[in-house]
Amino acid sequence: MEDLLIYVVIFGTLIGAMTYAAILVWFERRMLAWWQDRLGPNRVGPFGIGLALADILKLLAKEDWVPPFADKKVFVIAPCFVMIAMLMGFAVVPYGPETYIADLNIGLLFFMGMTSLAVYAVLLGGLSSNNKFSLIGGLRSAAQMVSYEVFMGLSLMGVVMLSGSFSLVDIVESQQDGWFVISQFFGFVVFVVAGIAESHRLPFDLPEAEQELVGGFHTEYSGMKFGIFMVGEYLGVILISAMIATIFFGGWIGPGFLPPIFWLAAKTFCFVMFFILLRAAMPRPRYDQLMSLGWKVMLPITLVNLVVTGGVVLWMNT
Amino acid sequence: MIKGILDLIRNTFTQLITLKMVLHHTFSPPDTVQYPEQMPYLPPRYRARIILTRDPDGEERCVSCNLCAVACPVDCIVLQKTESEDGRWYPEFFRINFSRCVMCGMCEEACPTYAIQLTPDFEMCEYDRSNMVYEKEHLLIDGCGKYPGYSFWNVSGKTISGKDKGEAENEAEPVDVRSLMP
Repeated sequence: MEDLLIYVVIFGTLIGAMTYAAILVWFERRMLAWWQDRLGPNRVGPFGIGLALADILKLLAKEDWVPPFADKKVFVIAPCFVMIAMLMGFAVVPYGPETYIADLNIGLLFFMGMTSLAVYAVLLGGLSSNNKFSLIGGLRSAAQMVSYEVFMGLSLMGVVMLSGSFSLVDIVESQQDGWFVISQFFGFVVFVVAGIAESHRLPFDLPEAEQELVGGFHTEYSGMKFGIFMVGEYLGVILISAMIATIFFGGWIGPGFLPPIFWLAAKTFCFVMFFILLRAAMPRPRYDQLMSLGWKVMLPITLVNLVVTGGVVLWMNT
Repeated sequence: MIKGILDLIRNTFTQLITLKMVLHHTFSPPDTVQYPEQMPYLPPRYRARIILTRDPDGEERCVSCNLCAVACPVDCIVLQKTESEDGRWYPEFFRINFSRCVMCGMCEEACPTYAIQLTPDFEMCEYDRSNMVYEKEHLLIDGCGKYPGYSFWNVSGKTISGKDKGEAENEAEPVDVRSLMP
């Protein structure tokens, strides 16, 4: 019985996350249009929701083309990284008090590691395409990574201090009395900024930057390989949103009249909407601006937050 | 240091204001006109498909003066003048290549007889480019278009059968050049 449940959760996560990502492609365009006083794609099916299916069919029907000048093996394997890494990240998200795929005692580190691995997809894709735009995209991704990975990890350490555990199940449990967004507000702000950079979303979509770099790191990608990059990006958005909800907003904790997974989904949805809103509203900074924001603003804030949190925890315990 | 922190706080707030402004658009209706189902209003003087009109008697207004063809910046109008038995000029053929036409309305401005006019009908899609070439029978309509009641031949001084010199509207009697009287 236990075994069956875990399989149900695993397949539920897989199918749920993938479907959510596919629908998000349509949903994001609809929401962007809404905020820009347009209508967006509304032709295929009710409200245009068939666009998700039409997009997938179109991408599948396209020729699976590898440019002759590309580094073939790396070129083909690069999109898989982002997909695998992002899906692995979902393994540590607790959906309910007993419903989770894995309760790793280093859950938070596992999540950080997996999202960091996803950056390799961008780097390898950019490098193996053998194309100037792709290379610049990959280069920017590397520059972006060295600036945000540091404070992304550090921003969560305050939460770890307060909850006393790296396990996400324990972190959610320790928020029964109050969400960490109150006690760790600056950690939350920094993590959101880092999360946007991590999932390469506007305003920090420097590696992609359609307006300047054609398609950035995926300029040479087409067909389903591009589709995997696309789905990976949306999986990243969902994963980061789920993580923000889990770490700072009490995860599945909510009033008892609805199942825990509903509360997690609702909180996640709010942050997905926030990500889309950012895309609708914000201009993209230069990547030196992003780096100076990372090193000169975000890192000091995180360090001060860390010191203060540590001091308070120490003072409370003595 | 202090200035930097103040700048940072101000910049953060401007970004938050941006977010708030965009979020406010949640409550404003979309500006999109869903074109094929929902037709936009086009004013009567909108410039699109060109027509040739007739005078109130049902005769062609065009006198094939070629001014429209000269005025046309993309040279999409071709016509050939011919004359009827009663002395009226009319085009033998009148051809507009709509795949070239830029709907500028110069021909309408140049036309001395209100014959050539632009209409608000802009839906002229064709799969075959040669179908965009309109001949006179495609261009001619049965009405007067935007200028009802105007008939060039009734106001002009040119003689046609049934209307001699001086018989046009507001036209003075022809001067007898051999007479000495004032």
